Amino acid sequence: MTYAIQAEGLEKRFGETQALAGVSLTAEAGTVLGVLGPNGAGKTTMTRILATLIEPTGGSAKVAGFDVVKDAHKVRQLIGLTGQYAGVDEMLTGTENLVLIGRLLGISRKESKARAAELLERFQLTEAAERAAKTYSGGMRRRLDLAASLVGRPQFLFLDEPTTGLDPRSRNGLWDIVRGLTDDGVTVLLTTQYLEEADQLADDIVVIDRGQVIAHGTSDVLKAQVGGQVLEVTPVSAADLDTVSRIVGELAEAVPEVRDGLVSAPITDPQLMPAVVRRLDDAGVTVGELSLRKSSLDEVFFALTGHHTDDIDAEAGELADADKEGASA
Amino acid sequence: MTAATFAPENLSKRVSPGTAVRNTLTLAWRNLVQIKHNPMELLDLSIQPIMFVLLFAYVFGPAMTGSVDKYLPVVIPGIIAQNALFAGMSTGFGLNTDITKGVFDRFRSLPISRSAPLAGRIIADTAKQAWSMTILLAVGFAIGFRVETNVFALLTAFVLLLAFAVLFSWTSVFIAMKVNEPEKVQIFGFVVIFPLSFLSTAFIPNTDGIPDWLAFIMDNSPVTQLVESMRGLLVGGPVLEHAWIALAWGVGISLVFAPLSLRAFKKRA
Repeated sequence: MTYAIQAEGLEKRFGETQALAGVSLTAEAGTVLGVLGPNGAGKTTMTRILATLIEPTGGSAKVAGFDVVKDAHKVRQLIGLTGQYAGVDEMLTGTENLVLIGRLLGISRKESKARAAELLERFQLTEAAERAAKTYSGGMRRRLDLAASLVGRPQFLFLDEPTTGLDPRSRNGLWDIVRGLTDDGVTVLLTTQYLEEADQLADDIVVIDRGQVIAHGTSDVLKAQVGGQVLEVTPVSAADLDTVSRIVGELAEAVPEVRDGLVSAPITDPQLMPAVVRRLDDAGVTVGELSLRKSSLDEVFFALTGHHTDDIDAEAGELADADKEGASA
Repeated sequence: MTAATFAPENLSKRVSPGTAVRNTLTLAWRNLVQIKHNPMELLDLSIQPIMFVLLFAYVFGPAMTGSVDKYLPVVIPGIIAQNALFAGMSTGFGLNTDITKGVFDRFRSLPISRSAPLAGRIIADTAKQAWSMTILLAVGFAIGFRVETNVFALLTAFVLLLAFAVLFSWTSVFIAMKVNEPEKVQIFGFVVIFPLSFLSTAFIPNTDGIPDWLAFIMDNSPVTQLVESMRGLLVGGPVLEHAWIALAWGVGISLVFAPLSLRAFKKRA
């Protein structure tokens, strides 16, 4: 079958830095594909290739069956892009920003204005419509940016870290908007650093690390693979760490991590909690702290790769810079 | 929002010339409408030229040529040329702002002419240049400067200045591609253009009394050639022998910096 978005062995090299080392992914029409990864993993580079902003140094990608390099102009007629940096003209008003895009897309002045008003209303920006975008808050800018990418009613929408730097309320608002888009049949590719965001929005998730896909599947599949939740136990006495580690390991059926007097392990079955308490009690361990919480991206990464995201950040500082540089051009 | 019908066969293969022109004009409009929300920019385009004319005329005039009146035909064409170089840096400044703010990415993800974002900006900046030159002539007129030639020569002066400005603006486009923040375009521009515009006959009648080697550099500078053409066209004197050298400089500069800019842009993207 033909996928709405399809990338095969995408590679991108910036000088000495290999930002993408063979990324393959697919997305079906009308779904949200979440691309999850830490800073510098290559998310932005990949989005920019799919949005025809840069050409890959290897591999190929298709949107709606059109090659992003050879048929770039056709692809551009189908996509909308909301980049990591809100691409709005700060000197123009909200309305002017949207009318500008409409005019560039060949829509008449009158229709562009109507479309602008409609989108501003939908994104709760009507009151700020006649104010210059430089007076907008971060959340308002992102909404205007998203509105700008929707002026041409695109079939495909690329959202590169749309909620990075937003407060929780603005983030939830943006999530609702994204959910609404797929109802209209739009195919969305969303990159994010937040596991929760991918979990909330994506039908399918691709996890990338250092320019490579390291895991792929639905949110549930990934959770089953890496443990959807994390059990953490801190014994009062450090002498009990070995016992706690053994018990947690047996119950979670995973090798627990012991760090700073805290034992943690991914678990898939939340019903384990009572058993953990019972076994620890039986063993005579006094527990200082015991908790069950959702896995963070860092833990997913640790489970998948054996290293933490902050290790990557430190090691791949160069990569992150390359990604950033890519984003700025 | 109604679900758009997906019809791949209706997609156009490339941007038609008509669309390219329309895209360019739309983006030129965008750059000019910014002034509406940032009136400071217009002030900037007007006040600096006015200040330069008044300060140079009244402070340097008497010492240079014995009187303000005699200095005006020297300095007004000079400031017109010098101001064009400085104003040219705004092309790079705006371009770099668009790139660093992500606006350029948005444009490039649209099915529009690839050259429209730059061409639109250059057209808008050319309009601003024409505005600055008009202001300079008006202020000059107010304090006694007169165009001694004719309307045709005056129009030619506008055309020559704007043509040179467009060709020269490739240098600021190049800087815009190389630096990571707009302010650096300004700093870099200032550091290069300040000496470049002063190492010319922009503010002096001739290079008499200047050491031979320096006079040689000054006489052959593109700025001097532009200044002398402006003098010829506005107050009389030889035009052609300077104008073609000025234009040749402009063409040469753009032939070097346009490909360098494109290369820098590809590397950056």
